[in-house]
Amino acid sequence: MSETDKNKVVIPIGPQHPSLDEPATFTITLEGEKVVNAVIGVGYNHRGLEKACESRTYIQDLYIIERVCGICSHAHSTAFCMAIEELTGVKVPMRAEYIRVIVAELERLHSHLLWLGTACHEIGYDTMFMYTWRDREKILDLMASYGGNRINYGVNTFGGVRREFDETTSSDIIKTIDELDEHLKRYMEIALTETTLVSRLKGVGMLSHEDALNFGAVGPVAKAAGIGYDIRVAEPYGAYKEIPVKLITDDRADVYGRTVVRILEMQESVKIIRYAIKNMPGGDIAVKVPRRIPAGEILTRVEAPRGENIHFVRSNGTDMPDRVRVKAPTEANWHGVQHMLKSGRLADVPITIAAIDPCYSCTDRAIVVNSGDNINVMDWKQLRQYSIDWYKKEGIDITALKL
Amino acid sequence: MDLIKKAIDWGTSKSPWILHFNAGACNGCDIEVVDSLTPRFDLERVGVLKHGTPRQADILVCTGAVTLQTRDRLIQIYDQMAEPKFVIAVGTCACTGGIFDGCYCVTGGIDTVIPVDVYLPGCAVRPEAIISAVEKLLSSLKDDKGGAK
Repeated sequence: MSETDKNKVVIPIGPQHPSLDEPATFTITLEGEKVVNAVIGVGYNHRGLEKACESRTYIQDLYIIERVCGICSHAHSTAFCMAIEELTGVKVPMRAEYIRVIVAELERLHSHLLWLGTACHEIGYDTMFMYTWRDREKILDLMASYGGNRINYGVNTFGGVRREFDETTSSDIIKTIDELDEHLKRYMEIALTETTLVSRLKGVGMLSHEDALNFGAVGPVAKAAGIGYDIRVAEPYGAYKEIPVKLITDDRADVYGRTVVRILEMQESVKIIRYAIKNMPGGDIAVKVPRRIPAGEILTRVEAPRGENIHFVRSNGTDMPDRVRVKAPTEANWHGVQHMLKSGRLADVPITIAAIDPCYSCTDRAIVVNSGDNINVMDWKQLRQYSIDWYKKEGIDITALKL
Repeated sequence: MDLIKKAIDWGTSKSPWILHFNAGACNGCDIEVVDSLTPRFDLERVGVLKHGTPRQADILVCTGAVTLQTRDRLIQIYDQMAEPKFVIAVGTCACTGGIFDGCYCVTGGIDTVIPVDVYLPGCAVRPEAIISAVEKLLSSLKDDKGGAK
C-alpha cells in the first residue's frame, strides 16, 4: 500500500440504503471529505422483462411494458403503442393523441413533484418534501378518477386510449392544475430565494455542457447543462405536433440548475394541459388494431419525465414480438454520475445521485459493457450456457428454478 | 417466561419501525409505501417510522418479485433484523411474482425466500391498504381488550 492509499477510505453503500428506495451499490473512495472515486453497481432490479415480452402476445406485452417503471408508466406504454401503430400503419384519432398528451403531462407533473420532494429530503429540507408530496396526491387523485388506478393507470391501448374523456374530468383537471400553478409559483420563489436551498445545491454535481454531450446525458440533466434537446420539440410525436411546447434550458449545469429546470418544466406542463383541454377535438378515442402485426422493425422515441425514452420492436409477422428493447432515460444519465461525484464531498453524494432522478427499475435492462477492444459476440445458446455456468460457480443451479 | 413474552408483544404492538426494501419492484408500490408516510395518509401519526437500518426495524416492508441479484441480500437483511420481526409482502409481485412470474431472473414471491406474515395484493397497492395491513398485523398481537395476548 502506497503512502497516498493509506489516506483513502472506501465506503460501500447499498444495496439496501436509507437515502433511496431502490437497490443499487455505490463504492465511494474518500480522501478526507473529498470523493476521489465512485463505482456504481446497478442491476438488482433486472427482471428480464424484455425476454418476457418475447413469449407473450402484444396485448399482454402492453401490461408488462407499463410495469417497466411505476413512475413513468405512461411514457413507456406510449412509446410501445406508437411502435405497434407505426408497424400496422394505423392512424390514431387526434382526440386520443390529445388525451395521451394530457396524461403524459400529468405524469410529468407528478414525477417532477416526487423528485422535488425527495431531492429536498436528501438535503434535509423535509418541509418542502411534505408540501410537494401533498400536491402530488392531487395529481394521483386525477389519475385514479380518469384511469382507475393511482399508478399504472393503463390509459393507453393500441390504436388509441381506453377511456372517454368527459366534461367532469377536464373541469377537475383544470381546477387542480390552477391550484397547482399557484403552488408552483411559490416553489419557484423558494428555489430562487431560499438561502439554505441555494447554497446547498449551487456548484454541486457539476456536469458541464461538453461533459453532458460526451456522456450522452438526456432530459433535465442535459437541459440544465444548456443542451436544448427535448423529443417533444426536436421530433414532435402525436398531439405535440399541434401543441406549442417551450423548450426549457438552463446554463448552471449543477444540481441547482436541474431543480430550476424541473420546476419550470412543471409550469410548462400546466400550460400544455390547459392548451390541450381547450383545443381537444371530438371524435373517436380508439381504432381497431389487428392482432397479428406485420413483420418489420421500428424504433420510437418519447419524452418521459426523465428524458428521452427509446423503444425498439422487431416483429416477425406473428402475434408475438421477436425482440423488444427498452432504453430508459436513466440508463443514459448513469454514465455521467461518476464524473459528477468525483471531486465533490461525501455529504453531497446523496443529492448528486438523486439529481439525475434515478429510476433503477427503468435502467436495469441487459447492458453490454465493452471494456477496451475485447468484444465477445455470443449466440443465444452460448449465452445461456455461459449464464448457467456462471451461476453454478456462485452456487445457484439455475436449471432447477421453476420456469 | 410468559410475562416476558407479554411485555415484548405489548411493546411490539406500539409504534413499529418499518424497513422498506425493494427486491425488484417496478417502483409503483415503493412510492406508495413512501406515500403512506406523507401528509395525506401519514402513518407516522400512529407511531410508524420508516427506518434506514435493519438492526432497528420491526417490520420489513418488502416490494417486488425477488430477482436473483437481490435474493441473497434480502436473506441477509432479514437475518440482520432483531426478533420479534415481521414481513409484509406489498404488491401482487411480492405475493406471487405477479406479472414477472416465470421471468428468467425472478425466483417468485417474497415467500420463496423469507417467511411472510401479511400478503397484500394490488398493482399498485394503495396507501390505504398498506395502512390496513400494518393495523391488522399489529392487532393480531393484541387480545380483545387491547392488551398483549
